[in-house]
Amino acid sequence: MSDLPLIQADRAVEPPAATTTRGRGRRLRLLSGTDRVVITLMVLLPLLLVTALVWLPALATVALSTTDWDGIGPLADIDFVGGRNYGDVLTIYPPFVPAVQHNLLWLAALFLVATPFGMFLAVLLDKELRGSRFYQTALYLPVVLSLALIGFVWQLIYSRDQGLLNAVLGTDVDWYGDPGVNIWAVMLASGWRHVGYIMLLYLAGLKGVDPSLREAAAVDGASEARSFFRVIFPVLRPINIIVLVVTVIESLRAFDLVWVVNKGRNGLELLSALVTQNVVGEASRIGFGSALATIMLVVSLVFITIYLVTVMRGEDR
Amino acid sequence: MSTGTLTRPPAAQDARPARRRPTPQRVVLHVFLAAVAIGWLFPVIWSVLTSLRSYEYTATHGYVSFGGWTIDNYVTAWQTAEFGKHFLNSVYITVPAVLLTLFLASCVAFVIARFNWKINLVLLGLFTAANLLPQQALLIPLFRLFTQVPLPAFMSDSELLYDSYWGLILINVAFQCGFCVFVLSNYMKALPRDLYEAAMVDGASIWRQYWQVTMPLCRPALAALATLEVTWIYNEFFWATVLMRTGDKFPVTSSLNNLRGEFFTDNNLVSAGSVLVAIPTLVIFFLLQRHFVRGLTLGASKG
Amino acid sequence: MSRPRTQAEYLARLVPSSVAGVNRRTLLAGAAGAGSLLGTGLLAGCGGSDSGGSDAKTVSMGSNASDPTPKDVLAKLSAAFKTSSGVEVAINTVDHNTFQENINNYLQGKPDDTFTWFAGYRMRFFAERGLAGDISDVWGKLSGFSDAFKKASTGDDGKQYFVPFSYYPWAVFYRKSVWQQHGYQVPKSLDELTTLSNQMKRDGLVPIAFADKDGWPAMGTFDILNLRINGYQFHIDLMAGKESWTSDKVKKVFDTWAGLLPLHQPDALGRTWQEAAQSLQQKKSGMYLLGLFVAQQFNADEQDDIDFFTFPEIDPAIGAKALDAPIDGYMMARKPKSEANAKKLLEYIGGVDAANIAVKTDPGTLVANTTADTSGYSALQKKAAELVGSATEIAQFLDRDTRPDFASTVIIPALQQFIKDPKDIDGLTNSIENQKKSIFTS
Repeated sequence: MSDLPLIQADRAVEPPAATTTRGRGRRLRLLSGTDRVVITLMVLLPLLLVTALVWLPALATVALSTTDWDGIGPLADIDFVGGRNYGDVLTIYPPFVPAVQHNLLWLAALFLVATPFGMFLAVLLDKELRGSRFYQTALYLPVVLSLALIGFVWQLIYSRDQGLLNAVLGTDVDWYGDPGVNIWAVMLASGWRHVGYIMLLYLAGLKGVDPSLREAAAVDGASEARSFFRVIFPVLRPINIIVLVVTVIESLRAFDLVWVVNKGRNGLELLSALVTQNVVGEASRIGFGSALATIMLVVSLVFITIYLVTVMRGEDR
Repeated sequence: MSTGTLTRPPAAQDARPARRRPTPQRVVLHVFLAAVAIGWLFPVIWSVLTSLRSYEYTATHGYVSFGGWTIDNYVTAWQTAEFGKHFLNSVYITVPAVLLTLFLASCVAFVIARFNWKINLVLLGLFTAANLLPQQALLIPLFRLFTQVPLPAFMSDSELLYDSYWGLILINVAFQCGFCVFVLSNYMKALPRDLYEAAMVDGASIWRQYWQVTMPLCRPALAALATLEVTWIYNEFFWATVLMRTGDKFPVTSSLNNLRGEFFTDNNLVSAGSVLVAIPTLVIFFLLQRHFVRGLTLGASKG
Repeated sequence: MSRPRTQAEYLARLVPSSVAGVNRRTLLAGAAGAGSLLGTGLLAGCGGSDSGGSDAKTVSMGSNASDPTPKDVLAKLSAAFKTSSGVEVAINTVDHNTFQENINNYLQGKPDDTFTWFAGYRMRFFAERGLAGDISDVWGKLSGFSDAFKKASTGDDGKQYFVPFSYYPWAVFYRKSVWQQHGYQVPKSLDELTTLSNQMKRDGLVPIAFADKDGWPAMGTFDILNLRINGYQFHIDLMAGKESWTSDKVKKVFDTWAGLLPLHQPDALGRTWQEAAQSLQQKKSGMYLLGLFVAQQFNADEQDDIDFFTFPEIDPAIGAKALDAPIDGYMMARKPKSEANAKKLLEYIGGVDAANIAVKTDPGTLVANTTADTSGYSALQKKAAELVGSATEIAQFLDRDTRPDFASTVIIPALQQFIKDPKDIDGLTNSIENQKKSIFTS
């Protein structure tokens, strides 16, 4: 199968002898003093950086969510308001519920449509095809563009009065403005990018599959679809997890696109856009925005934990 | 990990695709893929076409028309947004950030992959999760932090982490480390452990094991990650606009905003700017494409 | 890479700052090391080298003038200022959108000595929070500004913090040729406006062009209706959070608007104002309520074809003399490196020479200084200046007259909600009022 010009399939030489936990203590003792210092530094420096620039600010955000700070002046002036911001978010902030719905919709669309389509294309491209490199490049192209650029590119197509779509179809649908339509229009643009990303990740996974497996399946006379689902798909568990996580994260963090279109308003509310509206920019409702951010952090952490637990279970196997 | 894959030196010759008669199935497949590919390319082609037309023409005749071809938009975009200067700024930020990310991430990944300590999972979790947190949520504390950390004047004329390339590089590294640690540790775990046993017999220190045994084997993964990271960090402009105050130091992606007028936006001009901004990532993608898929082979296995 | 700066200034700054800076920097490192992530709040003086600029020959300016013409105006101003004073202006241009979004952080970080900004609530807010420098003594040397402009430059403490430079009125714009062709007359009342609009519909035109994709253009419509129905003082009080949004007065504004909405271009939420303006330019719509900048969407040979009228009277007791005319200008940072140079620059900008440069360079602007030579104005500019001159009260525009958090996180979504569904006015005003209470009490 390795007659594809682009990729030489990488194959395992030998599965490594399972490393047992019994060997741990012994190995540690074998480390010299210098080694220990080196190991400590290798872990500590990056850890410090990530802690200082990501985790501590995250904790500070949680703390700020109980204040009504406007981001100006000394911290000593901050008044604590307890859970009022959370109460406001849930009761009198109209964009919150739509934002949650849109995030879920986004997740569903990527998960049910874009991701499977990307995987399907990867399977097709995994065959011996001429022109495969062209197809891959075309599909992958949107991934290297920034989402802000993608928002603009699609604006040229979706614009109600000057866009290509309405001009060609002879319609006057308000693709970016009609709150019933625009979320779908934007998700299409987002999916356009997501498919390429998933296709590439999955293709990478497929290239790693031992050809003998396929041959075995082929000898069995199983149909192509059956052999994929019964033999290949289970083997690709690590890549499946990555694809799953990437999908969840992309839909939670989805931001740039709606921000470029209309700053996440009028049918395009997303949690990340609400956080930005409140925290960044002139509005400077730091306390309130931090409460939204904290909600987002918690939701992210739920998914992150699920993911880590899955990975751990895989490790224990 | 019960299984693993390993990059080995590429087979000396790529076997040519066997010539065979096109079966109807193949034809259908090609037609389908070609249609999808063209559909995928279309929005990009459309913006390139738009960028090549004069605003006066399209304003009068609409975009679904033929004529008004010009390259003036590119000239104007380049000059108005001062792309030359801002491209350089992007290089100052992207290159060190990518190198540092790969270096630090590979260090952590090496420790995680090399040893079987319980704490490794916590580490992996800390790093991976950090990559997933919503960035906007962290802005205000970070901004405060950045305005409090002094830098010597020779490092930044702002004398603070705020409004300096150093600050931008560090923040990008901190956010991107997670993904790289994740990918690299998976990749490294798939390397046979005998390598280390052998190295230890030779008396190689941990540092030499990392630098001379593991890293050379990780080249494909590093190349793939470098491509992705260049794309991501280059395209990143949120941090640049909120943690910088000097317009002349902005990277090229945020200088694109200069083309969007306060009262007037010429779509054709912005298209030209967008194409210019996208070119470096496209070039890098084409250059490194062959490493790409291979490097991402994330320990997928033969079961 | 670095801000343009002369070597002399660099050296002048370097010496005292490195001497004076040691203690504080050590202190800072200690504070950071103590693990207090947010530190002790704002440093007393973030400008690390403020002591060094006394005899420096530069002054810095943070500018949002990223469009070519305003940028050109500023470049010419700074060149002329250098000739007259010998002081070099280092201009730090950031695109207007980013500049505006980051203003809070910008002013708390290391702002330039002077910076571009607008009159209104936000200017007074910065003054109150100590983020802007008092320039009352500069005003002592300025002449040629009307009282309305001086008032617009004054903070809540009675001191001046702002030098007005240019402004633009909001009005209803139309193409003379279209109106002549159909024989339309300028409406004098709301009824006449409605009649005219219906006639336009019959003539196959969209009566009132409309767009609100960016969220702010609809504020102009709300403002003008509120000014016509409830008057200027109510507008100011409503914006200051003193009046209730559930009052009948506010509901009447929305009711009136709901009556006019069918005469507006449909699907406004997906359209940018540029696209709406182009529908006017392409003679597809009859009129458009917008700022004077709408003229930029017209070709050079069409400029003479643009005309406007101020929004007609709704309540005779209130009249039609108030309008939105946002003022742009300049402010000084709280601790400029060289206060003397910064004030010199602001004085120059407020002077007649600077205004004359602007008139000559930017045909789209109206200068604030009344002593400027405005013989170069186009007919449209002259008429606009007269309109503002005859106004009894000048509002700054909704998002400049109220808290920015209220404007951007409450009003924009609310107005878009109204445009989407103009029927549920009670629910809408309740929602606004609830959020207003939460924001204004904090």
